[in-house]
Amino acid sequence: MYVHVYNRTVTPFDFVISLALVSVAAGVLGSLIGLGGGVVIVPVLTLLYGVDIRLAIGASIVSVIATSSGAAAAYVRERMTNLRVGMFLEIATVTGALSGAYLTTLLPTRFLFAFFGLVLAYSSFTTFKRRHAAQPLAVSADRIANYFDLHGSYYDPAEEQEIPYKVTGTKLGLFLMYVAGLVSALLGIGSGALKVPAMDGAMRLPMKVSSATSNFMIGVTAAASAGVYFVRGQIDPVIAAPVAIGVLVGATVGARVLGRVASKTVRLVFVVVLVIISLEMLQKGLVP
Amino acid sequence: MTPNPGQDGAPAPVAFDTPEEGVRAGSGHARRNMTAAELALMDEKVRKVEVLISMVLRVGVVISALVILVGLVLMFAHHGSYLSVRGGVSYKVLTSGATQFPHSFATLRNSLAHADGRGIVVLGVMVLILTPVLRVAVGVLSFLYERDIPMASVTFYVLVVLIASFFLAGV
Repeated sequence: MYVHVYNRTVTPFDFVISLALVSVAAGVLGSLIGLGGGVVIVPVLTLLYGVDIRLAIGASIVSVIATSSGAAAAYVRERMTNLRVGMFLEIATVTGALSGAYLTTLLPTRFLFAFFGLVLAYSSFTTFKRRHAAQPLAVSADRIANYFDLHGSYYDPAEEQEIPYKVTGTKLGLFLMYVAGLVSALLGIGSGALKVPAMDGAMRLPMKVSSATSNFMIGVTAAASAGVYFVRGQIDPVIAAPVAIGVLVGATVGARVLGRVASKTVRLVFVVVLVIISLEMLQKGLVP
Repeated sequence: MTPNPGQDGAPAPVAFDTPEEGVRAGSGHARRNMTAAELALMDEKVRKVEVLISMVLRVGVVISALVILVGLVLMFAHHGSYLSVRGGVSYKVLTSGATQFPHSFATLRNSLAHADGRGIVVLGVMVLILTPVLRVAVGVLSFLYERDIPMASVTFYVLVVLIASFFLAGV
């Protein structure tokens, strides 16, 4: 199961180089669909390299922050990110992340995995059903969105036009973001997996804006639990170094891709990854 | 901080933003009552903020990547047996649950005093972790600059919770 190259010892150097290459791919994928690199990093570290799950989750937090900052630098400049929506919804994600880190889990972790596995399976189903919907809202009666002026517009290079949109469903959005923060702190994964459907589905932001804004937010959500992971000794420098550098390179590349591909493609890639994550979670929750 | 016009990506805001219809992202909260001149000024401010936030993220990312890289190079320079050519040590020595590495300020200081590569990597990872925190702090100042009190308050709350999270963790 573990990596062996021609029966030769895999040295720390081999480990660092190979993990950095995997992390580049994780960064590209994570920045494209707004989920962060953890989706790829955790299974690769635990299954391929046989790394302890606690250290893998610490590396995942680092990869999420790297994807977020690496890609958001470009998305904010290109105005793909809705800064106001992102910063507004961060109220809920950081509160969720902070409460999650100290919540003595009343419910067993296995139940949480099974429950969120089902939630993500459902949201991948609804995202798939919505794959052709591209028409953004023209009017919004949402009082919170109007008060904070969360509406926006972005230039879509694939469609070669400026696309204005209105935001709705902020209350449901805030609730889902709180849950996303909670899950991220409790399980170490899945924060972007709930953020993108919350914005794309409940709040009616365009798919690319949802992905870019989720990307912008996941770094702050992860940073809110990074302190705890650091003190607990879950951030191993030998794992974190190649992950951080690889993911940063990947995210910089990925950020150039998002604008050019069609929204429908972004949604489909997102659905595929979401199905995989939900299966992973269900497996952790149901299989003893 | 002059944005390079070729690299800038976005066209000049005024080109597509008409005064009757304030649809741009981050347009400020009471823009309905603004004159065309005020709107143009607002858009310019918003654009400056976007470029500034983007720059904070980029600088944070570049610094952390460089520090991490230096740490890695030092680690391999100090430990020849970690390299494939003179291999013999498995990566598992450094990545198992029992591996020792700095995870508090005291151990980090000690490790940095010995110019230990892994300590420098941890320092770079800290820069990476603090980049989003700095981004939020810049966000608070930016919204104050745009005179957008509701958004400034929201962002300030996020900053307080973030800082609290580090103190509560006992970093």
